[in-house]
Amino acid sequence: MSALYILVIASISIAGSFLMAFIWSIRTDQYDDRDGSAMRMLQDNTIPGNQSLNIKDDK
Amino acid sequence: MVAALEEPVVKEKKVKTEVVCFHCGTACVADTIKIDDKAFCCDGCKLVYEILNQNGLCDYYTLQSHPGLTQIKPVRNDKYAYLDNEEIASALYSFTDGTHSVVTFYIPGVHCSSCMWLLEHLNKLNIGITESRLNFTAKEVTIHFSNSEITIRKVVELLVTIGYEPNISLNDIGDKKVKTFNKQRMYKLGISGFCFGNIMMMSFPEYFGTSLGIEKEYAELFRALNLVLALPVFFYSASEFFITAWKGLQQKLLNIDAPIALAIIITFTRSVYEILTHTGSGYLDSMSGIVFFMLVGRAVQEQSYKSISFHRDYKSYFPIAVSVLTSSGIGSKNIQDLQEKDIVLLNNEDIIPADAVIIKGTARIDYSFVTGESELIPVNEGKIIYAGGKHVGEQITIRITKPVAGSYLTSLWNHYAFSKNKVEENKNNSIIHLLSKYFTWILLSLTAITAVYWALNDPSKMMQSVTAMLIVACPCALLLSATFTNANLLRIFSNNGIFLRDASVIEQMAKVDDIVFDKTGTLTHGADGVSCAGHQLTNEERSWLYSAVRSSKHPHSQALAKFLGQLPLVEFTYWVEIPGKGIHALIGDSKIFVGSSSFTTGVERLTDKSGNVFVNINDNISVFNIEPVFRENVPLVMEGLRSHYRLSLLSGDNNRQKKILGKFFGNDELLLFNQKPIDKLHFIENLQSSGKKVMMIGDGLNDAGALQQSNVGITLADDVNSFTPACDAIMDAKKMGQFPALMKLARKSGLLISMSFGISLLYNVVGLSLAMRGLMKPVLAAILMPCSTLSIVFIAWGISSFIAYKMGLAIKSDSNS
Repeated sequence: MSALYILVIASISIAGSFLMAFIWSIRTDQYDDRDGSAMRMLQDNTIPGNQSLNIKDDK
Repeated sequence: MVAALEEPVVKEKKVKTEVVCFHCGTACVADTIKIDDKAFCCDGCKLVYEILNQNGLCDYYTLQSHPGLTQIKPVRNDKYAYLDNEEIASALYSFTDGTHSVVTFYIPGVHCSSCMWLLEHLNKLNIGITESRLNFTAKEVTIHFSNSEITIRKVVELLVTIGYEPNISLNDIGDKKVKTFNKQRMYKLGISGFCFGNIMMMSFPEYFGTSLGIEKEYAELFRALNLVLALPVFFYSASEFFITAWKGLQQKLLNIDAPIALAIIITFTRSVYEILTHTGSGYLDSMSGIVFFMLVGRAVQEQSYKSISFHRDYKSYFPIAVSVLTSSGIGSKNIQDLQEKDIVLLNNEDIIPADAVIIKGTARIDYSFVTGESELIPVNEGKIIYAGGKHVGEQITIRITKPVAGSYLTSLWNHYAFSKNKVEENKNNSIIHLLSKYFTWILLSLTAITAVYWALNDPSKMMQSVTAMLIVACPCALLLSATFTNANLLRIFSNNGIFLRDASVIEQMAKVDDIVFDKTGTLTHGADGVSCAGHQLTNEERSWLYSAVRSSKHPHSQALAKFLGQLPLVEFTYWVEIPGKGIHALIGDSKIFVGSSSFTTGVERLTDKSGNVFVNINDNISVFNIEPVFRENVPLVMEGLRSHYRLSLLSGDNNRQKKILGKFFGNDELLLFNQKPIDKLHFIENLQSSGKKVMMIGDGLNDAGALQQSNVGITLADDVNSFTPACDAIMDAKKMGQFPALMKLARKSGLLISMSFGISLLYNVVGLSLAMRGLMKPVLAAILMPCSTLSIVFIAWGISSFIAYKMGLAIKSDSNS
């Protein structure tokens, strides 16, 4: 049964690490701009250069 | 996102019939402005495209089609000259060390992922900008730049040239905005959630007794751990309940937090006692559960709409600086430092900062925001003009007669209506506070009776039953049912286009029996509707007409010019405006007449009524009809409201539409015209003194006093992020049609809260009767608590959603909004 001691410590520290992650996310304002982050993620990281314009106008 | 994706489909349908601007998607009037095969509606849009094209930023157009904003209104060159003034500029910086600065601007035009992409690639347009980051929800862009490479004025002008003009107002100076996101509460929430979960887990062996074969030493260990975990919940997470309760008691008020604080303290001390004396396991699981759920409830209820502000006053409307004429030349001055006798230069579309006298030039003042009067008022030299009006026309020079804070417009804010704290007032009258007051007294007396009974019969049971009673009867169920019902109602309201300042507004809405409307901008669109009959003008003729009416002061000319949009100007060989008749102009061989029918055609016509403008170009006659346009939902909304409320109208405008308005309102006794802002405020006050609960629906600064004085002030806005005066709620004009249904839902809100409270009361009665007879087993109490709490949360949420659904309201958010 002494395994219980280890398990209790393990479970609390895992849950504790989630709590720390939550506090960290609040501290670093990660909930401040939820819409923006969602869009930013979908954008390509290509650095805009002087490439010639190659867009089809939907006319 | 969904809206943005749907956009192109809609556009494609239109494209077949008309050419739309590649940049902003506005229909192109003239098809002369073109680059390659791309058409633009105006030179402004073309310019933005050219700049982006040169800098290889045309990905902007691939992310969304027509992502830009129309550039039809050019921005004056020296509009932002005041930013060269170090003092003003330094008030805008959020950080600066002389070489590197950080500044944040609010940009109302941000609306799609293209906007974000462009605003975050500003460094491609100017190497002085090192970094830019957009907070999309708040529509704020934070720009880092190096002072040696670029000035703050250049940064702002760069934003203007790419079509994202920031909104810089007096409000940006001084107090920096407080973040609405309550971080402390989130920490408390996280910690209590963590502790609650772990305490529950370690309490399971206790619930099932010894049947699981848990040895005694483990039971002791779990209890000790529970105690340790409960400490942060009690001392940190629950602290706000103690603080509010204590504040209330100091003012001799029993607020909702008082019985809750009492229950938490008693639960905690009894649990500590039981665990330390090895007599039981305590109720730490219920205690942490209550604290956690109540914090969740409050967090959900107080979630705020980040980009919407409910507390704007005239400061957000005024610019931060104006150009002043001093002995050393033209300089700029912070608006708050303006003094009497300062000489100020005003350009087209500038806002008059303070009451003043015109010393040079003729002004045409648009007071629509201040008085609701929609027609331009001409003012000559030597006459007084009032703060808040917008000057239209050539540059004028004015001399300030009163400082900003003492002017006619701002004096409205000194009225006592603005010193009231509506939020506090609402809270103290709230149904929850009233209920909790009775609840607390009843509970305390019942506890006293039980204590006396057991003291006489079996003193050993006294402490146990008294504490059990207080624990079980904790009014957290009441608080939970109210907070979760309100939170859900707030959500439903916002999904249907009304954004409430806080939950107390719902209750106030339920009590309203009299609704007062403003006309201009509220029932009508801000702009006049113009329709054309007779000869349809060619593009060339349109630009002639535009040039002819552009410099006329007559309101109809103004409306026509606005309707025609910005067109290329032509030089007339002859131009004259005859007051009371019209305009006559010559260009080449062509003759242009604009005005009354007798003037333009030489014949008096029946169709010549007010609102009609006749145009005769080379004997081709067209008639323009100019009418303020009512919002399409107005008849529907009025009909929906008429049966329940007394409706009245306060308009700053003249009474030329009295008849049609009478039809909407069902009578015309309560339609008042030519109302000044202070008249509106007094009208509301009079209604209130006769016992009415008044709701005011308005839009401009001229309604600010009435909005503040009313029990519920709602601002109607075409764009909820645009300027709105201080109010209790902001309504999206596009969703006005849902308003009657939402009012009905508000009326039901009290019932909804009572229903979920009734159910929670059932739990309490069962629990109480058991506790009073000393039959309540700790295990039973421990299980009953979280179960009742959870079921209350679900019931409160479920019932309110169901009722709203039955009324045909949107209960899920459509991502379009």
